[in-house]
Amino acid sequence: MLTSFLIVKISLCVVVFAISLGIAAYSTLWERKFAAFLQDRIGPNRTGPGGVLQPLADGGKLFFKEEIIPDVSNKFLFILGPSLFMITALMTGVVIPWGKDFIWNGQRIALQITDINVGILYLLGVVSIGVYGIMIGGWASNNKYALLGALRASSQMISYEIAMGICIIALIISAGGTLSIKEIVEQQDAGYANVVYQPIGFLLFFICALAETNRAPFDLPETESELVGGYHTEYSSMKLGLYLFAEYINMFISSAVMSALYFGGYNFPFASEIYAALGLQEGSLAISLIGAAVYFIKIIIFINVFMWIRWTLPRFRFDQLMNLGWRYLIPLSLLNLVITIVIEYIRGNINI
Amino acid sequence: MLTLTNRKKVVSNKEQNLAEKIYLPAVIKGMSITISHLFKKKATIQYPEEERPRAPVYRGKHVLKRDENGAERCTACGLCALACPAEAITMVAAERKPGEEHLYREEKYAKEYYINMLRCIFCGLCEEACPKEAIFLTDRLVEPEFWREDFIYGKDKLVEPIEKDKRIDVSKRQTPAVLEFKKIPGLRHNILYSPKTISNKKKQNH
Repeated sequence: MLTSFLIVKISLCVVVFAISLGIAAYSTLWERKFAAFLQDRIGPNRTGPGGVLQPLADGGKLFFKEEIIPDVSNKFLFILGPSLFMITALMTGVVIPWGKDFIWNGQRIALQITDINVGILYLLGVVSIGVYGIMIGGWASNNKYALLGALRASSQMISYEIAMGICIIALIISAGGTLSIKEIVEQQDAGYANVVYQPIGFLLFFICALAETNRAPFDLPETESELVGGYHTEYSSMKLGLYLFAEYINMFISSAVMSALYFGGYNFPFASEIYAALGLQEGSLAISLIGAAVYFIKIIIFINVFMWIRWTLPRFRFDQLMNLGWRYLIPLSLLNLVITIVIEYIRGNINI
Repeated sequence: MLTLTNRKKVVSNKEQNLAEKIYLPAVIKGMSITISHLFKKKATIQYPEEERPRAPVYRGKHVLKRDENGAERCTACGLCALACPAEAITMVAAERKPGEEHLYREEKYAKEYYINMLRCIFCGLCEEACPKEAIFLTDRLVEPEFWREDFIYGKDKLVEPIEKDKRIDVSKRQTPAVLEFKKIPGLRHNILYSPKTISNKKKQNH
């Protein structure tokens, strides 16, 4: 029993790890392709057919570049920074339910590494630790520009986490008071997706997710054109690669979280009718796989929207960023929370 | 007031309304513009496979022409080197030996002939100065090299192949009109680079 449990979980870990890395790698290619398409260009198309080997070439280049650790830096922390950022980015994939449970050899197997009952809190916590990766990296470089970039990055991430957290509270109230992502996804199976109940909450969450993942128009921490790279000024070789790579993993995971929390994850409209029409039994592997495929389609759509926004909107100024975060997003999310509470009280779902 | 372009826009400082303040309509408008470019024709030209069409009189890599019998036309008069504003051309003259008539058309020929392609500005004045119709600019491009020395082209790269079918076609730059034009006795290079003018210049310098 225990060994089969371990085998399932470890193989699931490996698969999630591989998929996160694979999607992050191919996001870098697709980002460049998508940018090119929006700018009437073709994009990378020389490495392999249609440029599909470009991520491998980029990765290989980063591995073989000279690795410079500045003399004045704190070497331990300098290496810890990108490692921490990467580890936390990969850790977030643990609580995400990738598909429906299925029954195999009489055992119920979940397509989720662990369903902890405070999944959302775990996510927020891990993302907050990710900020340390940036702060430590910027500080350990012992470089003015890196330090300023790290300050900008961490203040931005901390500010937008508040609004994000409040949006999630509103979501939890309307989703029936559970913090487990699995249960939130399951409760969207029968009814509508949560975005119907929380449209403003979703919009705010989406904006905060853009800021959390340091994507344009909130890419102030990097600001290639202004801050010589921000917190990773002093980084070279694969340590720089880890920072950039972890950002794409963050983008993937935040897309996954958004589709799970607001768009029903692996559920889709008329799912049960379609399964019945296909003649699939409840708990069969096929249902899990179809659900997972639908989930990945949603995630990929979100990743595309992230990229679409990046290649459309210009970057915020830092004071505009702080204004938006503290003076508009937080009050709006509080308002959203109050309205949610009132509506749920009237509907009789909560009692004071 | 009369406007010079139809893109003039009157700027005003009026208060933004709510739709403008929350920016979302503007964001959606911008995003619809960018997504419309997804379906537009790509402007990229896939260079080595595909080339942008060049003008018929394009001034590219030089060629030293041979005459119809395969003898080099260049007589090493040095007018091209003199005409060159970038001083990219240099040559070493030699006298034709008996029995070399099939190789060199004139009694004097260029034993060595160099054009530094990094100095050359492809202005075409060498071609204009040449009284023997020997040097022409073609629509071929100078290939990239790794080392600067490799850009100094010698006769091995400049003289066209002797085989008739491998000759470089310069008819686009040597149209009948150009040939007619070059025959005019008062042509600029005939005056500028005639022995008389040069000796006069030297006298003035002394």
